[in-house]
Amino acid sequence: MTSAAPLLSVTGLHKRFGSNEVLRGIDLDVARGERIAILGASGSGKSTLLRCLNFMELPSAGVVALDGQPIGGERRRNRNAGRTYGERELVRVRQRVGMVFQQFNLFPHMTAIGNVMEGLRTVRRLPATEARTRAETELARVGLADKADQYPAHLSGGQKQRVAIARALAMDPELLLFDEPTSALDPELVGEVLGVIRTLADEGRTMLLVTHELGFAYHVASRVLFLADGTIHESGAPDEVLKNPQKERTRTFLARHREFSF
Amino acid sequence: MNHRWDFASVFANSDALLAGAVGTLRIFAICLVLGLSLGLVVGLGRYARRRWLYLPATAFVEFFRNTPVLVQILWFYYALPILVPFEIGPLAAAALGISLNSAAFSAEIYRGGIQSIEPGQWDGARALGMGWGQAMRRIILPQAIRRMLPALTNRGIEIFKMSTLASAVAYVELLQQGKLIASLNFNPIEVYTTIAVVFFVCLWPLVQATYALERRLRQGE
Repeated sequence: MTSAAPLLSVTGLHKRFGSNEVLRGIDLDVARGERIAILGASGSGKSTLLRCLNFMELPSAGVVALDGQPIGGERRRNRNAGRTYGERELVRVRQRVGMVFQQFNLFPHMTAIGNVMEGLRTVRRLPATEARTRAETELARVGLADKADQYPAHLSGGQKQRVAIARALAMDPELLLFDEPTSALDPELVGEVLGVIRTLADEGRTMLLVTHELGFAYHVASRVLFLADGTIHESGAPDEVLKNPQKERTRTFLARHREFSF
Repeated sequence: MNHRWDFASVFANSDALLAGAVGTLRIFAICLVLGLSLGLVVGLGRYARRRWLYLPATAFVEFFRNTPVLVQILWFYYALPILVPFEIGPLAAAALGISLNSAAFSAEIYRGGIQSIEPGQWDGARALGMGWGQAMRRIILPQAIRRMLPALTNRGIEIFKMSTLASAVAYVELLQQGKLIASLNFNPIEVYTTIAVVFFVCLWPLVQATYALERRLRQGE
């Protein structure tokens, strides 16, 4: 099903938590196959933006459209109060948009393969044997076929995150959201997770990645967004934004991140 | 203190005690199932953000936590039949009182257990496209029950012991039978000692079994 519309289209996205306005008008189109790295200082709204795209947080205003289809409905009264979202519709959206978290969020009472099978069994209602075969394929893809029967407690951080990626992939998402997938990892484990994400990028999957790994963003992303104060402050090809930033705040941010590189 | 212990008069009535033990087990089983399952429903109501779920659940918990079970049992047995057009037997009255009281206490255990699960577990489940019920059933409750097991075990022990309150409405259970035997044979010391021992012998292995279950469940973590 290919269409002219971008896979994901965000217009005028706002998110408020009480009086705190975290996102202040985000406009963004993501075409199929794009790999977008989102950079920004902590508190700039990166994670909130990602969480609004699979509706773990409901936008306060603005429209998110998948494949040209706007999610949610317009309010009849009080149009400034944000759209209305039905739980059923959001459940369907989340099945199309996979997410990988900083803290992995694996289910500790299930084995690695149990984690990967869970969505296939409970959400997709696949028979056990079919789900198992599929889960084995996904675990093999992230290099963990031999850890299938281990509980998360017995896996390293890098292995946990790779299981979490396999769990998301098993649902055949059209769009993958990575929320700082390596920030909770010991430095020596970052590489194995980035390696897996890079493979996925090379397969042509569409992904949005919030990260502090500038080198990874440079080599893997097709576009880089720099967020500040809940807006997209600067965006463009990695070569432009990372090597030749036009805005002062982008420069300051990048300089701070490069301070100790050699 | 030179009482001559003589259990012969107790053993002579062992068939009456056996009937009592069956009654005790029956009311325990009913109240355990009813109390803990109704408690889950009420606990989910207490956990809910919607007022029309939260408020009645809270009222239920507060009412039954703050009134004595014995009063509830007597009320269901003597007062309720005046208000409703049907008879309520001793078993029904006692089971109702004990179950509702246990539901109120276990509701708070369930709510606390569910709240203790990290929000990330909800995120992980919802991100896969699970609805609220699926996430609760597959992800949240299985982990929460593990944490709640010691507290729920305590509840179970309480329910077992509360079964003696049914004697207040002359339901045939261990204590009721003991009272009868003691009043007929003038041997309260032997009878009540026997009953205490029977309760201990029933409960102690039960508690040991749940410890073993806790250990087994903990292995995954």
